Amino acid sequence: MIAIIDYKMGNLRSVKNALYKLGAEYTVTDDPAAIIAADKVLLPGVGYAGQAMANLSERGLMEVIRGLRQPVLGICIGMQVLCRYSEEGDTPCLDVFDTDVRLFKAQEGLKVPHMGWNSISNLDSKLFKGVDEGSYVYFVHSYRPGLCQDTIATSNHGSLFSAALKYENFYGTQFHPEKSGDVGEKILSNFLAL
Amino acid sequence: MVAKRIIPCLDVNEGRTVKGINFVSLRDVGDPVELGAHYAREGADELVYLDISATHEGRHTFTKLVERIASHINIPFTVGGGISTMEDAERLLDAGADKISVNSAAIANPAIIDQLASRYGCQFVVSAIDAKLTEGGRWLATTHGGRRLTDKELFAWAHEVQERGAGEILLTSMEHDGVRQGYPCDLFAELCSQLSIPVIASGGAGSIQDIADVLTKGQADAALAASIFHYGTYKISEVKKALAEQGINVRI
Repeated sequence: MIAIIDYKMGNLRSVKNALYKLGAEYTVTDDPAAIIAADKVLLPGVGYAGQAMANLSERGLMEVIRGLRQPVLGICIGMQVLCRYSEEGDTPCLDVFDTDVRLFKAQEGLKVPHMGWNSISNLDSKLFKGVDEGSYVYFVHSYRPGLCQDTIATSNHGSLFSAALKYENFYGTQFHPEKSGDVGEKILSNFLAL
Repeated sequence: MVAKRIIPCLDVNEGRTVKGINFVSLRDVGDPVELGAHYAREGADELVYLDISATHEGRHTFTKLVERIASHINIPFTVGGGISTMEDAERLLDAGADKISVNSAAIANPAIIDQLASRYGCQFVVSAIDAKLTEGGRWLATTHGGRRLTDKELFAWAHEVQERGAGEILLTSMEHDGVRQGYPCDLFAELCSQLSIPVIASGGAGSIQDIADVLTKGQADAALAASIFHYGTYKISEVKKALAEQGINVRI
């Protein structure tokens, strides 16, 4: 059973649809016991980092998530809250991944939000088994995690940033695998196979 | 580098895909889910579904269809047409839409952009602008499929929606829409150089070169087209291959 953590950060339908297509059984929950008991945990989310942390805190989920031992996948804001800190709302985060999340620096010609398909490189994890270097995935974000020892994929928008991170059983993707066509489905199916 | 996007637009009436020349003569060109899935397989980067009947007939948008789209399609899609309240937006978000486009509603009540962006994030809000060149050379925003001029000057309005929190602008030139003679590249180049949010160029594609031009000379971040795809003039895969051969960064 996969637990999709529902902490009221955006719509979960696309994540649910993607898991359904892959034949995975899932439950949508904010119940700590159900999350702890799940085989795998998904932490999706779209919105503001400060709000995301507040919503996790209200539900008593900060320590629950940090203590998980099964594979966990954070997507977009769900990945950012697993980092040390987010510049968005000056927000201390869960401190699983060894990096901070910062606003894309304004540069001539650089569009923010970073929206659309970008390529991922330096793929270094079972999460990317069967995924080619330079594959395109779908991003929508204005803040990005820096490079660090936990980086397992990079992308470039003005400068290099972490497109995916891993620390022990925790995985995170800044992009949206559930919206990234066949490549995204492959990545999700790799996560389900961990 | 983020890739330039190719976005087929599916105009929907009574649950069926249509495309009108200058929004007037409608012709049924298929099932929206089937057609969208077909485009996704061919390499479309996103899809836009517009309920074209909604604005002028006050018809409610197509929640059930959006649910079907969301469960069959694994790329992002935007829905628009007749979205005038926060409730409309929430219903479509819950049905699985990734983005909504607002047009007339934002002209009537610009604060809806602030409200949508602060509740759902700017990535959710596409500001659609149908612009018309008026006597004296000013581009003005229009509503009701180009039939009503507003007092909003295009560039000022585009800046305003950006400030209010729109994540993207979808700009259609009503002079060029449906006539397949190319996009107004100068207009797009001027707008894109002024804004920090992505601009999607809509209306006017008649050839692959038109698309290449608006993405290069016009500096647009994405090109939206309908007729050339719906009538099978070009396949999306064929367009993207040709763009790549010209050195344009596209997802293949």
